[in-house]
Amino acid sequence: MSSIAVFARPSPLDALQRWLPKLVLAPSMLIVVVGFYGYILWTFVLSFTNSRFMPSYKWVGLQQYQRLLDNDRWWVASQNLLVYGGLFIAISLVLGVLLAVLLDQRVRREGFIRTVYLYPMALSMIVTGTAWKWLLNPGLGLDKLLRDWGWEGFRFDWLVAPDRVVYCLVIAAVWQSSGFVMALFLAGLRGVDQSIIRAAQVDGASLPTIYLRIVLPSLGPVFFSALMILAHIAIKSFDLVSAMTAGGPGYSSDLPAMFMYAHTFTRGQMGLGAASAMLMLGAVLAILVPYLYSELRNKRHA
Amino acid sequence: MPKQPSFSLARLAIYATLILACAVYLVPLVVMLLTSFKTPDDIRTGNLLSIPDVFTLIGWVKAWDSIGGFFWNSVKITVPAVLISTLLGALNGYVLSMWRFRGSQLFFGLLLFGCFLPFQVVLLPASFTLGQFGLANTTGGLVLVHVVYGLAFTTLFFRNFYVSIPNALVSAARLDGAGFFTIFGRILLPMSIPTIMVCLIWQFTQIWNDFLFGVVFASGDSQPITVALNNLVNTSTGAKEYNVDMAAAMIAGLPTLLVYVFAGKYFLRGLTAGAVKG
Repeated sequence: MSSIAVFARPSPLDALQRWLPKLVLAPSMLIVVVGFYGYILWTFVLSFTNSRFMPSYKWVGLQQYQRLLDNDRWWVASQNLLVYGGLFIAISLVLGVLLAVLLDQRVRREGFIRTVYLYPMALSMIVTGTAWKWLLNPGLGLDKLLRDWGWEGFRFDWLVAPDRVVYCLVIAAVWQSSGFVMALFLAGLRGVDQSIIRAAQVDGASLPTIYLRIVLPSLGPVFFSALMILAHIAIKSFDLVSAMTAGGPGYSSDLPAMFMYAHTFTRGQMGLGAASAMLMLGAVLAILVPYLYSELRNKRHA
Repeated sequence: MPKQPSFSLARLAIYATLILACAVYLVPLVVMLLTSFKTPDDIRTGNLLSIPDVFTLIGWVKAWDSIGGFFWNSVKITVPAVLISTLLGALNGYVLSMWRFRGSQLFFGLLLFGCFLPFQVVLLPASFTLGQFGLANTTGGLVLVHVVYGLAFTTLFFRNFYVSIPNALVSAARLDGAGFFTIFGRILLPMSIPTIMVCLIWQFTQIWNDFLFGVVFASGDSQPITVALNNLVNTSTGAKEYNVDMAAAMIAGLPTLLVYVFAGKYFLRGLTAGAVKG
């Protein structure tokens, strides 16, 4: 009977059934078209205007971008992003890989240890920043702890040293995210064919050599994913700076996300803020496009 | 054939490194807890890892007095936003895998970019829109924003799960006359419990921990707890009470920490789902 219904003349109810999938998807399509791409376009337009406290649509060409490039604070923020992002990614990757390889050696209580490495990821960057701001407090934090423990000459005041403060951000961010890299690589290591390792062992290769030469190179895609995610976290870093240093001392620990927020929402430089947001989008695309390209190529070859 | 873990110097070094790393990861949490139970005097005379002279709850009481209200704001924002975005994600994933139509793949591609979107690039128009709808500085406005910008991930979770289900299952049900929502509610949803868990936990952590949207779209009474904590920690008026700061940080972090401890499996799956499957 049901097969007859399929071929019967479509009733209004059937027509509705046919349109249902599109109807259900419609709100999301609206959200994506307006809330994602429409808003990006809108911000793009604003970056060519002289908007200050209120949006204005007086066209000023590339003036805001020019101002950005002439702005010392923007350069400090960009350089900080390179230093912070570079160190954060490099250290998280090295630590994550190392811990994953060690954890993969059939250790006892692996589940517990894994849980400990990963828990910071559940905490917000605001909580992370608050905790590390206290730990790195010059005078009362680690500074005092190590002196109390007998290291008389120990001084640790990076949090208030303009040329060192960015490393404090790195420390906190690595603590928060390196466990995640560990988890990614551990999952990757579990997928490696054990017979290859055994064959190499039979050939007399030592375990470190096997990992460096055979196992880790085979985890290229995991490495790439981790790199992508970490870079993305670094570019978006705003909450950590806000909680830990608020960009200070002065603006020595500013990052582009902080710059964008400060100029757009507190300093009445909406046009400049929009321009800085567009450059941030450019940075994300510069990382994303090669990644997607290689993903698609891999899929075609697979 | 597992190799025999022999007791050797190498294994000792492995365990030593792993345990040392455990200690390093745990220290900030231990310090936060210890500090939160100290008196301000005790903090000045002791050090980070000294045991409190007397365990006191002053810090926790004061912290709750100043940010407790914002804790409930976060609850009011997080619960509806998580539920709505998960439901929408499930429906989207269902359509995008079982009811494809011309352009639906393109739409999925466009949506996925949302996973990588630096939100700075939509903040201004979003704040104009919220203002227009009278939703600026309301928890309702934040719910809307979190639903919109969480959609990319929630759809990805469900779509990736539903594409792995054989289409024949749905075709058979369709031939039996089951409609769009019947198939979804009776067949797919019951199978999706693990994906629902992953999605709920992912969204919960993301939204509870959000700071950017909270600080931009809310002010005063409607602020989420992350913003309140940040304000508390970064005020420069009066003597700094580190015990209060740390207790407040624990209060802000506790919900996601508890979720992680009790549902760590799903938490991890959520973290890796976007990364590994893409």
